[in-house]
Amino acid sequence: MADKVIYAMYDDDDVLKDGAKKLVAKGVKVSEVFSPFPIHGIDPIIGIKNTRLGIMAFLYAITGTMLATIAMRYFMIEDWPMNVGGKPNNTYLQNMLAFIPVTFEFTVMCAAHGMALTYFLKNKTLPGLPAQNPDPRTTDDRFVMELRLSENSNFTAEELHELLKTTGYVELDQKEVK
Amino acid sequence: MHKESAIREPLILGHKTYTDITADVCKPIEDKAPKAWYVLFSIALVIGLYGVGCIFYLIGTGIGVWGLNKTIGWAWDITNFVWWVGIGHAGTLISAVLLLFRQKWRMAINRSAEAMTIFAVFMAGIFPMIHMGRIWVAYWTMPIPNQFGSLWVNFNSPLLWDVFAISTYLSVSVVFWYIGLIPDFATLRDRVKRPIPKKMYSILSFGWSGRAKNWNRFELVSLVLAGLATPLVFSVHSIVSFDFATSVIPGWHTTIFPPYFVAGAVFSGFAMVQTLMLIMRKAMRLEAYIHTRHVEYMNIVIMVTGSIVGTAYITELFISWYSGVEYEAYAFINRFSGPYWWAYWSMMTCNVISPQLMWFKKLRRSLLFTFIISIVVNIGMWFERYVIIVSSIHRDYLPSSWSMHYPSHIDLGVYVGTIGLFFVFFLLFARFFPVLPIAELKTILKSSGESYKNAPDTHGHDHAHDDNHNTNNH
Repeated sequence: MADKVIYAMYDDDDVLKDGAKKLVAKGVKVSEVFSPFPIHGIDPIIGIKNTRLGIMAFLYAITGTMLATIAMRYFMIEDWPMNVGGKPNNTYLQNMLAFIPVTFEFTVMCAAHGMALTYFLKNKTLPGLPAQNPDPRTTDDRFVMELRLSENSNFTAEELHELLKTTGYVELDQKEVK
Repeated sequence: MHKESAIREPLILGHKTYTDITADVCKPIEDKAPKAWYVLFSIALVIGLYGVGCIFYLIGTGIGVWGLNKTIGWAWDITNFVWWVGIGHAGTLISAVLLLFRQKWRMAINRSAEAMTIFAVFMAGIFPMIHMGRIWVAYWTMPIPNQFGSLWVNFNSPLLWDVFAISTYLSVSVVFWYIGLIPDFATLRDRVKRPIPKKMYSILSFGWSGRAKNWNRFELVSLVLAGLATPLVFSVHSIVSFDFATSVIPGWHTTIFPPYFVAGAVFSGFAMVQTLMLIMRKAMRLEAYIHTRHVEYMNIVIMVTGSIVGTAYITELFISWYSGVEYEAYAFINRFSGPYWWAYWSMMTCNVISPQLMWFKKLRRSLLFTFIISIVVNIGMWFERYVIIVSSIHRDYLPSSWSMHYPSHIDLGVYVGTIGLFFVFFLLFARFFPVLPIAELKTILKSSGESYKNAPDTHGHDHAHDDNHNTNNH
């Protein structure tokens, strides 16, 4: 189904934010905002939930802790217990102090890389993927608000244009997308 | 969010707009490189290649080509390793610790400081690797199943902790740095006209589009990575200090080492950042973004960490006497009055006295003075490691084994070579990468930019009440 998309371009983050607030108050759904830097406070206005990547980082971290503990227990206690100066490695617990640095490092390594990888995959940013910002200026000093007609069935394109006029955009563009 | 006390000096000088920031940072990349860049790059490359040649000779011949002997088995190699790792502490400290403390001035320096960190850790990594002699078996430091029976690496050893610490630190720093670079590569991708650079920046930017959700994730990832990197920074140099502190050599066997090494690392790292930034801001015309105020903040960090280092030196000296251990006492008497007295007193002058001069506001705001001190500090920090390492082991337990260390020309070549390689990498970075975080600078323009800060609010709309929604960092 062909869908119409309206791109309203602004030259200031605060103007866009106030505009989005006005539109949302009137019942318009703002599908996306493209900006050259994070606009603080825009997420709750256009209904974007906070990311749960932090929880993922925690899960990756405890995975790292566990892997390091299991591996070092196997290497140092089970497979080849060392006997240094008559102080043998009998249990993991007795020798744990020496294993803390590596456990910590491995935890950080798993958390950081796991989270970074998830971040790239969730954002769909990987080497070679095409950029999807509607205008090259949105990585410089322009801020674009995207309205989809299919998500705003209560309004016609003309009504949306009228509403947008009150928000102080600098350019308006309408495109057909599949 | 857009409020900041008017008496605070603005962080971005001049009447900049968002697009000015983009243009200012991208200009040195888009313009032809100046002659000076080619000159510096050639010099660095020649020195770096000489170092690589020395390394090949060393590997081909064996580490006997270093000035080591039976008593002094560790000298310049480990000194250089600790020196470079120390320098590599500023970047992540600036980007992680200062992010957690919401220090906005970090944004002018974090990108290049992180790059500096990564290159410095590369250089550091070279030394333990070549010290193995047989570098092709370097993977034996990893716990890999092997044909030698149940032979594993020793997880009780601080040297192995170091392997994990340095590799984690390097890889996490690279990821942290790159995640910040992606939006700026996208800016470059959308700006450059020539097809090949456009293709390159397009690949490097991973298809970043700047959606609101992307930015939401970006901020959280930066915050969590900063939270992970902060204890990591402290752990890395603590573990480096364990290489010495867990041994039983008088002069090394000290519990003060971890905090003292970490402070020293930050001290030398910030000094290196100062050295590089002061040249870079001038050469790339970034004076509006990195100015006296930033230099002053960094000098204050240098002063504080320098004072911690100074206190540690004096504490060490006091404890060697107070402990009543005669071996410990001798190690320290020998340090300041023995054959290596000149190294000890160079270290004391460079590291204890010079940072104290930063108490004077005039001096810490003087760019020339800062530049000189930043180099003096790094010379001092090199001597610190040399003093700790060589002066502690050159007097062995048996007087018949007493010895001195004389560096060979290969010692010198490898060391100078790493400095050359470091500058090769840094110059390439400065030429092709955005040296300031473009996206992040734009977020502080309205709160800390001169034109917005001191002008009456001309925007006419009220945005103060939005601030409650701001849950993420900035």
